[in-house]
Amino acid sequence: MKIQRSKGTRDLSPQEMESFRLIESAFRDCCLKWGYREVRTPTLEYLHLFTATGTLTPGMLSKVYSFLDWDGWSGERVVLRPDGTIPISRLYIDSMAKEKLAKLFYVANVFMFEATGKKTRERWQCGAELIGAKPPLADIELVMLALEVLRELKIKGIELRLSHARLIKALLARMELSAEEQIGMFDRILDGDMKALEELKLKRPELEKTIDSLLALKGKPSGFSKELQKLFAEDLPECRPYIENCTRIAEFLEAMGYDYRIDIASGRGFEYYTGVIFQIFKAGEKIGGGGRYDALIPLMGGKDVPASGFALYLERLMDLIKPEALSTPQPPSILIRAESAREGFDIAGQLHKAGYRAECYLGVQKEADFDWTVEVKDKPKFIVTNQAKKQKATAQTVDELLALLK
Amino acid sequence: MKTKKTKIALPKGRLLEETAALLSRAGWGLDGYQEQARFYHIESKTLPHLSARVFHEKDIPIQVAIGNYDLGICGSDWIEELLAKYPSSALMKVKNLKYGQGALYAASAGKVTIETLRAAGTIRIASEYPNLAEAFAINARLRRFSVFPLWGGAEVYPPESAELALVSATGQFPFSLVPISRTLSVSAFLIVNRESWKAKGLDKIVSSIEKALRPEKAAPTLKKEKRQPKAQYAATDKDVVRLALPDGHQQAPTQKLLDRAGIRLDDYPSEKGNRRPKINLEGVSVKVIRPQDMPLQVANDNFDLAVTGRDWLTEHLCQFPSSPVKELVDLKLGRVKVVAVVSQERDIADIRDLSESEGASPIRVASEYINIADSYARDNRLNRYRLIPTWGASEAFLSEDADLLIENTQTGRTLAQHKLKIIDTLFESTACLIGGTRQVASPAKKKRMESITKTLRRAAEEIR
Repeated sequence: MKIQRSKGTRDLSPQEMESFRLIESAFRDCCLKWGYREVRTPTLEYLHLFTATGTLTPGMLSKVYSFLDWDGWSGERVVLRPDGTIPISRLYIDSMAKEKLAKLFYVANVFMFEATGKKTRERWQCGAELIGAKPPLADIELVMLALEVLRELKIKGIELRLSHARLIKALLARMELSAEEQIGMFDRILDGDMKALEELKLKRPELEKTIDSLLALKGKPSGFSKELQKLFAEDLPECRPYIENCTRIAEFLEAMGYDYRIDIASGRGFEYYTGVIFQIFKAGEKIGGGGRYDALIPLMGGKDVPASGFALYLERLMDLIKPEALSTPQPPSILIRAESAREGFDIAGQLHKAGYRAECYLGVQKEADFDWTVEVKDKPKFIVTNQAKKQKATAQTVDELLALLK
Repeated sequence: MKTKKTKIALPKGRLLEETAALLSRAGWGLDGYQEQARFYHIESKTLPHLSARVFHEKDIPIQVAIGNYDLGICGSDWIEELLAKYPSSALMKVKNLKYGQGALYAASAGKVTIETLRAAGTIRIASEYPNLAEAFAINARLRRFSVFPLWGGAEVYPPESAELALVSATGQFPFSLVPISRTLSVSAFLIVNRESWKAKGLDKIVSSIEKALRPEKAAPTLKKEKRQPKAQYAATDKDVVRLALPDGHQQAPTQKLLDRAGIRLDDYPSEKGNRRPKINLEGVSVKVIRPQDMPLQVANDNFDLAVTGRDWLTEHLCQFPSSPVKELVDLKLGRVKVVAVVSQERDIADIRDLSESEGASPIRVASEYINIADSYARDNRLNRYRLIPTWGASEAFLSEDADLLIENTQTGRTLAQHKLKIIDTLFESTACLIGGTRQVASPAKKKRMESITKTLRRAAEEIR
């Protein structure tokens, strides 16, 4: 049969939705416990929110779903939100700017064109944004929160990679490129193009040592940060504060017993990052990430407010969790066969109230799929069958019935 | 096995002469492909199974991408315009034919840098290439921009109606604008449909063209003009009425009507292509633009009044139902009917027959009025349709390249000649004066607008 689903989209089956909701509720619970509040922004936003330098790279903008709305005669386009953070910043500027501290979270779909149609063009993210708090504490809190969610989901073997947007930019500033070229290079690193640093080496041989050491240093265990600091103090003194920033977070993570590594070239993410960038990997695949974006809100016309945030990629997590290990036990399920439909639905309602899953027989269901069946007759009133044990019992009143089910 | 026929879409206009010469050297025997060619199919005399049709250049990438044609020849500007929006379309560039060279430029009325544009508010870009204009704006990292898609005459928009125009030019930059960025090099290209390339042996045809290629002529370079463009653009006074008059074949009847109303212009219709004629009304400035583009421009408050067709106003309102433009006066000129048309060969009496005809592939709806066609198809619940935008001579699309056509007709004669039949009349269209629905702040301007409206209404009433 011909598939009628639009290319690059996916359906979520009942089983998949079960995983989806498990992740969503673990994420919501953790966020609420840390004092974050849930928000929801519209699927449509104006394109111009995403076009200013420092928001989305041209490479990403060329893949957004943009179009003219029914009242778009001015030629200004709207987009299906390609990112979660920028709409939250917009929401903050629009209606929450008076709040000194805004701790917000969302579960939202984002849209980005993908030419082959093999990967989905609509993806779900669980994101948290912490607006109004400075580094490094705010960044550490976000990392803690992200890791707590993953722990709740029983996903083990997480690898955390740390980088710093300013560090990458400072390295690029050394290349004596035009402003345009610097942005281009930064974007390449953000897009995960590893050749970018190799090219930098060719152009600036005197930086070779630094870059090589940097690339080699990645993944080394603790103690290397001091080495790294020394190295930068010699070659790139201007980078010192950024390294220190990374180091403080790294030390903290270490003290808390988390595994991490510093990987400068792992800046993959968004152009709006200005500080620490962290990425979460599982078996070599990125499952989430975030960072500090202090310039974004002022750039979008808001006050000069520090901010950072992260997002976990819901679809990736769906493949990693074991729903049976996470789901709380469900109440028993009951199939009701009643001679009078009205009576059947009435009993179902009473069983729901008592906390059971109960449904009436629609001529299709199989008894074996339920924990109990209840026949509603005249005399005796109820015949109750335990499907697993194949045991029958009778009851005259609903109270008696409920007692039998216990 | 069905036909192994190979179809090629060939350009009319500026690339025709050199394309015809190339194909003649390649020995294709396409006798009918010449300057006065009508939009008919041409069969090759030498290569069996090869047939050609002549299109507007702009139509060709779309026709090849959707698979109506296996091959096409057109300028790379129109190819890139399609690919900018639809990068994964089934269009492949096969060979640079190295003629018809030119370039696309982002140009403004005075000297500006990208940096100043970035810092400014919303940048309006007028262009026949809206997708490339958007790509330019994104790559130039303009913070905020809007694109006015145009049918033509982009060069007349800056500075009053747009900050930038994305225009195509060959040789000397012909406009009194300052090019600020060369965004694309243009030359003629041979393109193929990816599926056809895999399924049909097109190698022979392609290599026959490759063999016939001439060495590249030195591309005419854009001569840098030292002098500033002589045009001086005065800032528009808030009391001045901005009037848009149509170019093309609407010029003569419009001029006649204006004349009857006692309104005189110094150079309209203009032989030199002057798009800013002077008018004998005080406090009125005139620009000559495409009637298709007028409703959008009035909606954006770039013009106060415009003479266009009701068809184009309807087209605009189908796309933007709440747009602040309305018809002020029916000028009663150029009466046409906008109709739904199918081929006489098909057993279709009305639109219901078409919506009920369930084929394997979507119903192809071709039209210059893409939004009217879309809303007509929607309203009639056509079962799975695909819109094919066209740029004139749409009647030749049926029956091979489209199933339904939304087209205007005066007498129906051309349609009958093409063995087409009208199955529905959507509405009647005449020339009309349009204006904005918003309040006019300046009393002086309001008075002038009312006076022009009244004068034209009186002149139009005399027509019948």
